[in-house]
Amino acid sequence: MSAPALAADRAALASARASAQGRIRWDLLRQLVSKDLKVKYQGSALGFVWSLANPLFMLGIYYVIFTYVFDAGVPDYHVYLMAGLLAFTAFSQGVGNASTSVVGNAGLVKKVRFPLAVLPLAGVGFAMVQLALQLPVLLVIALLSGISFFGPQFLLLVPALGLLLVLTIALGTIASALNVRYRDTSHFVEIFMLVWFWTNPILYPVGLVKDQLGDLFWVYFLNPTATIVATVQRAVYVEATPIGDDGRPVQVLADPGYLFYLRNLALGFLVAGLLLLLARRVFRRYQVDFAEDL
Amino acid sequence: MSRRAVIEARGVSKRFVSHSSRATQLKERFVKGLTTRDRGPSEEFWALRDVDVVVGEGETVGLIGPNGAGKSTLLKVLAGILRPTSGEVEVQGRIASLLELGAGFNGELTGRENVYLNAALLGLPRREVDGLLESIVDFSEQAPRIDDPVKHYSSGEYVKLAFSIAVHVDPDVLLVDEVLAVGDEAFARKCLAKIEQFQQDGRTILFVTHSLDLVTQLCTRGVVVDHGRVQYDGDPAFAVGTLRKILGTDRPVGEPSGPAEKGGVVVHAAHVSASAGGPARGRFAAGEPFHLRVECEVLPSREVYPGEVGAVVMGAGDIPVWSMRTSKGHGLPAEPGRYLVDFAVDAVPPLNGAFVVGVQVDHAETGLPLTARRFDDAVWVETGDLPGLLAVPATTTVTRA
Repeated sequence: MSAPALAADRAALASARASAQGRIRWDLLRQLVSKDLKVKYQGSALGFVWSLANPLFMLGIYYVIFTYVFDAGVPDYHVYLMAGLLAFTAFSQGVGNASTSVVGNAGLVKKVRFPLAVLPLAGVGFAMVQLALQLPVLLVIALLSGISFFGPQFLLLVPALGLLLVLTIALGTIASALNVRYRDTSHFVEIFMLVWFWTNPILYPVGLVKDQLGDLFWVYFLNPTATIVATVQRAVYVEATPIGDDGRPVQVLADPGYLFYLRNLALGFLVAGLLLLLARRVFRRYQVDFAEDL
Repeated sequence: MSRRAVIEARGVSKRFVSHSSRATQLKERFVKGLTTRDRGPSEEFWALRDVDVVVGEGETVGLIGPNGAGKSTLLKVLAGILRPTSGEVEVQGRIASLLELGAGFNGELTGRENVYLNAALLGLPRREVDGLLESIVDFSEQAPRIDDPVKHYSSGEYVKLAFSIAVHVDPDVLLVDEVLAVGDEAFARKCLAKIEQFQQDGRTILFVTHSLDLVTQLCTRGVVVDHGRVQYDGDPAFAVGTLRKILGTDRPVGEPSGPAEKGGVVVHAAHVSASAGGPARGRFAAGEPFHLRVECEVLPSREVYPGEVGAVVMGAGDIPVWSMRTSKGHGLPAEPGRYLVDFAVDAVPPLNGAFVVGVQVDHAETGLPLTARRFDDAVWVETGDLPGLLAVPATTTVTRA
């Protein structure tokens, strides 16, 4: 090989490496998520079991209250509750983790050059890994409760979880960037999530909302997380109007079909997609000053 | 043939705005936003002003300057960690940086886990790190502790591991900020050997240091930064001389600035030229005549008798290369007045490098130094292309054994 060609080769290799150092890579993302897992569960005897324990305890508390104290009137309430709770918890935890991800990794941000956008992504990834472990538990409980979710409606889980991922990444990324300049952001997110929780049909049957809102029912589903929750419930809880204790059918789910969910999912993807574009802009604008602001 | 530029910084300025004047909370933002548009006089500080640095492939550049001059900021800007307020920075290839202490380790993780994480951040896939792990651990001398959380490491152990990762990830550009001083001497030697190997591999190295000897030893170029500006960029020995002038350490410790007055004798100046009274010269070839003229003054206030005058030509690390002395009994006279002391060398020895001159006046009776002064305007001697302080002609033959 001639000398100039060799030099050109080296220049090309160098620029390829420079871009590898600046690009978000799957490998790096995986390592950051596993770092967070290690750090979080290091030295605890039960380790990873804790990530299951937390939602299961919440579930138990809600179940006791809404079955024995206030009767929600939903047959197999625990399955309905768990389906919605897991989906929303993955969202709120994902956004929460992401919001503190840049500030929490200040040591890295200030010392090493790497694609900073992996930090909120890793925060979201952490919540998604937990969801992936929790979902099988939900499915087993559903089966034990006599709910057979083997049917075409189960496939709705795919777009529902897809929307969950996109939405969580979008809001998590925005929160992570803002939290560097305005440290109140993560506290704000925490409180906001507590409020947002109630705008989703998790504890109460969505049928109740339908009765109340009537023709304006569609407004409720402008909230993409309501769509995600309702779709996961449709996929796993299956029956829209099961027979209640008194022998009469109860309207639990929003709709017995598919189109309703697909339409709302499409709307949700539109909203989440726009948020993702916004997130990209916000993060790019703020990330150049991260090292200085931390 | 000009070298390919690996680091290019043009017109780089960096302004820091003090934290107190920056709205860091939403509340403040709202309050300030509502009450007044004007955020008040913010305290700004220009860490870098209009800095141009272009580093070619294979160069080793020493970045030196007083504390707070902007060296570390410049390194962080080049590393792509800080954004310049104005100007442009472009770096080709993989950058490994060791900035101050820390290197981005997570204290909770073990040494091994940090190796993987750090390498991943620098752009290496996991399977490549698998192959490198052994040599990284070996070089860092941390094998027994590699599975301990790094929060239990000492600062020296920390730096050893960080340095080891940085040099094993096959970087094109290595940026190092004054961390080599932390390791013990044995490790520092290993680091230097590694850096020399990097130089031979044609990699680009930029380091911030306060050990000026390291700059003259290792660097192909020295850049002096002071008050956020590049004050000098070029030969390492001149760079060191420039910095010593800025720092005021071009004189031995304890001496006042300006010509030294001690024991009633002052060394005013030293002129280097090719002949007595000739024009000042900084560059010589081997075999050329060399003339040093020292200007001294014996003050009326002198209490002791001044004696012989000595001059020493020193190389890197202040190694004396040769000395000259007035002959016995023919030093400075006792009468007050200005005197010129001339040292003439017929032929400059076949040396290579930059040299400085030290002048000393002795006590006539005890022979102990009365006053001394160092002149850092370096004298360059160049003989041939081969490295080495001394150019020694050698005949070489290659025969079949």
